[in-house]
Amino acid sequence: MDIKVTINGVKKVFNADPGEKLLDLLRREGYKGAKRGCSTGDCGSCAVIINGKLVNSCLIFAGQADGHTITTIEAIGTVNEPHIIQRTFVEEGAVQCGFCTPGMILATKVLLDKEKDPTLTQIREALSGNLCRCTGYVKIENAVIRSAEKMRSE
Amino acid sequence: MFKEVNHSRLKVDGLSLAAGKALFVDDMDFRELLIVKFMKSPHAHAEILSIDTSAAEAFPGVHAVIHHGNTPRIPHTTAGQGHPEPSPYDTYMFDKKVRYVGDPVAAVAADTAEIALEAIKLIKVEYKELEAVLSIADASKPGVPVIHDEEDSFGIYDREKNLAGHVDVKVGDVEKALADSEFTVEYEIETHYSQHTPIEPHICISYLEEKGRLVIRTSTQVPFHVRRICAKVLEMPEKNIRVVKPRIGGGFGTKQEVYLEYYAGMITKLTGRPAKIELTREEEFISRTRHPMAVKVKLGANGDGMLNAVEMDVISNTGAYGSHALTVMFNAGSKCLPLYGAKNVRFNGSTVYTNLPVAGAYRGYGATQGYACLEQAMDILAEKLKMCPVQLRKINHIKKDETSPIFAALGEGKEGVPQFIKSTALSEIIEWGEEGLNWSDTKPHTEKTGRIRRGKGMAIFMQGSGIPLVDMASASIKINDDGSFNLNVGATDLGTGSDTVLSQIAAEALETTTDNIIIYSSDTDMTPFDVGAYASSTTYISGGAVKVTGEEVLKQIRMVAADMLKCSREEIELKNSIATSKKDGKTKTYGDIAKYALYINNQFQIGYIGSHISPVSPPPFMGVFTEIEVDTWTGKIEIIKYMCGVDCGTAINPKLAEGQVEGAVVNGLSYALTEGYLFNKKGKMMNGSFQDYKIYNIEDVQGLEIKLFSTFEPSGPFGAKSVSEIGINGPIPAIANALYNAVGVRAVRFPMKPEYILELMEK
Ligand code: FES
Ligand code: FES
Repeated sequence: MDIKVTINGVKKVFNADPGEKLLDLLRREGYKGAKRGCSTGDCGSCAVIINGKLVNSCLIFAGQADGHTITTIEAIGTVNEPHIIQRTFVEEGAVQCGFCTPGMILATKVLLDKEKDPTLTQIREALSGNLCRCTGYVKIENAVIRSAEKMRSE
Repeated sequence: MFKEVNHSRLKVDGLSLAAGKALFVDDMDFRELLIVKFMKSPHAHAEILSIDTSAAEAFPGVHAVIHHGNTPRIPHTTAGQGHPEPSPYDTYMFDKKVRYVGDPVAAVAADTAEIALEAIKLIKVEYKELEAVLSIADASKPGVPVIHDEEDSFGIYDREKNLAGHVDVKVGDVEKALADSEFTVEYEIETHYSQHTPIEPHICISYLEEKGRLVIRTSTQVPFHVRRICAKVLEMPEKNIRVVKPRIGGGFGTKQEVYLEYYAGMITKLTGRPAKIELTREEEFISRTRHPMAVKVKLGANGDGMLNAVEMDVISNTGAYGSHALTVMFNAGSKCLPLYGAKNVRFNGSTVYTNLPVAGAYRGYGATQGYACLEQAMDILAEKLKMCPVQLRKINHIKKDETSPIFAALGEGKEGVPQFIKSTALSEIIEWGEEGLNWSDTKPHTEKTGRIRRGKGMAIFMQGSGIPLVDMASASIKINDDGSFNLNVGATDLGTGSDTVLSQIAAEALETTTDNIIIYSSDTDMTPFDVGAYASSTTYISGGAVKVTGEEVLKQIRMVAADMLKCSREEIELKNSIATSKKDGKTKTYGDIAKYALYINNQFQIGYIGSHISPVSPPPFMGVFTEIEVDTWTGKIEIIKYMCGVDCGTAINPKLAEGQVEGAVVNGLSYALTEGYLFNKKGKMMNGSFQDYKIYNIEDVQGLEIKLFSTFEPSGPFGAKSVSEIGINGPIPAIANALYNAVGVRAVRFPMKPEYILELMEK
């Protein structure tokens, strides 16, 4: 079946099997920043933004994305031109193995897009679906706070 | 005083990871890729009477089915340790017997995962079920079934008793010292199964490169051991195998196991096609785990609190196979007992087989289990002595220039090496914690009332830095035209930041900046040898190799500069990638020097391969001070404050070092309070998902205060010791001590979940 989406600002048509999960489609099409940590919706490493909301792409069928707008980590920034959030995550030491990082950064982006000055509780809630086994979350939390500060003063 | 080390340089791969660009194992596409799935044993202990794979083989889309009948039978260990591994050779690619629920019976390679899974349903296996051993207590009972009764395994201590390993080490006369002591304590606990849960599960892809050699791209901590063990099991020479570790999504010890790569390699050998094995999260839970241990500690002291005797008895459960069986058990003694200076010490350890999931290396490596008991026993002793537990530690803990006979008596599955403590901040850490937690205000549990009760607990720890005289690392450095350097290391960055730390060490040694170092790591064809990332060795051992290599390269730079600047080598000053002649102040950049050596005169490649081993394993030290709240109605424990001070020598990259401690502490908190395996009566793990096996998320973390205490370790690169493991040891004993201080009960089983705390309080 054909799936029409706007992905990272570009209109594309993908062919997918009816049972195919969005994560599998994305990875097959080269959006490798979405990672697979569990396939059961419990870790957040496969997260992408669909119509402004954070979605675990392993949980939904590719077909459910038809007609929608998808943003993956690849559109947030690049190595040479990173987004403030990406740069801040690195500066704050919030990236260790980096496997959870795309999901964490997308969760942060969704939060900061709607909440310029989030409370600690909002930050924790926004990132609570993203598991990280490396960092202990301390530096991730700092990175979100610092990113918000920097984005406000832009 | 340092220019590059001891500064929080940005992680060299940080932006590429944050941009989602960095390549993990599964981030490269392979044509004709086969997906490999396992058929797993439904029984904890059974003989395979027959296996019929014909229907599976005939199933469209299936390209290979492998099992014990058509693969080589090579006894080996999956423990990715140095050669010869101190673990028993009791494992086979496939065996005629299965020893835990989940043991691989066959593997199917197919065009898709769905096809492979369908085909597995068509395999007919006839089992003869055997009685299963499902606990430490059962393993050595008389008449118990022998788990490893096969004839060709070796290195097993006593197979009839299901004993994978055993040791009994005595220093002085413990029995007499205990009998003579005015105060004695005997305390026993049992720690639980848990899993590392790296967010990227185990994954590997094998393929044939253009000359027909086998390449294995794998999420491993030990690429060189993967090559060696795969060569053995696949019966092919090392020269025909290349192992590449790309970015990997965490390891924590579980990726020190070599047990998937050879299945993929076998499929590629048979079919000529690339083959991928990716564990599901459920499979990850029964891949490798932490050794559960029954630990008993006896302490003897006089009225002044000085310890006369320490005895530790450990029975470790290695599960169905003896991966790290001996060494993890040894470490419960060797990493715990030297912390206190008793003259009479005994360590008696056994490792038993059971028909439960296989244990392996896990951050903390036995020390975590040992301290869970020892540091509670110290508090019990303090209470008997009517002494402050902090004071008891202060007078007994090992200090600078002191040694412990245990260093020589207990090593890595054999005798250790003697060593003296040359760097420690433990005393300062204890002062810091005592003050920060207002320790002098601590009241006993008998004075506490009300529903919510607060308690304070503390504990102290040490670990090691690499395995002395065993762990070897090497590095190669060469200069490029522009004065930049390629640094190639066998060391393995699991996300720990070792690529960054090693780049900083190279830059410091080479009198240049970290951004002039181009690092490439962990590729058996391209990088020199390194044992890999385990035993807290990378910064200390691999860092040592990078430092000596940098220093040799610097000598060559100095020689060429002297030739160019027409002065003696002694007259050359090297700083910030520039050579200056002290004679006339003339300068040459590293770029000038490189081009001169490559193109102009007496041409040669400035470069060197250096190696390093260490005769000692200097311990990092840690003190933990915690305050908790216990809800006596629900049994729930809340952390109010968790102060953790760590002495890791010179932190090469303070931010990354803090991150190592934070990660280890949170992993440890999760282990202490929420993580645990549920088994059914037949030995099947029942909660293999993140929904049913709770690991901490960001909302669970509170009250952490982590501080690095700087010391200078003379044997380490620029004063560094290790940092990555020690933090995980703290939560169980520190929280258990605080629990006692709050409500007067002692936790002997884990995790300390609310139901368990209530049960303890009701007793
Ligand atoms: S892979 Fe989708 S939530 Fe874990
Ligand atoms: S950085 Fe490794 S899982 Fe988060």
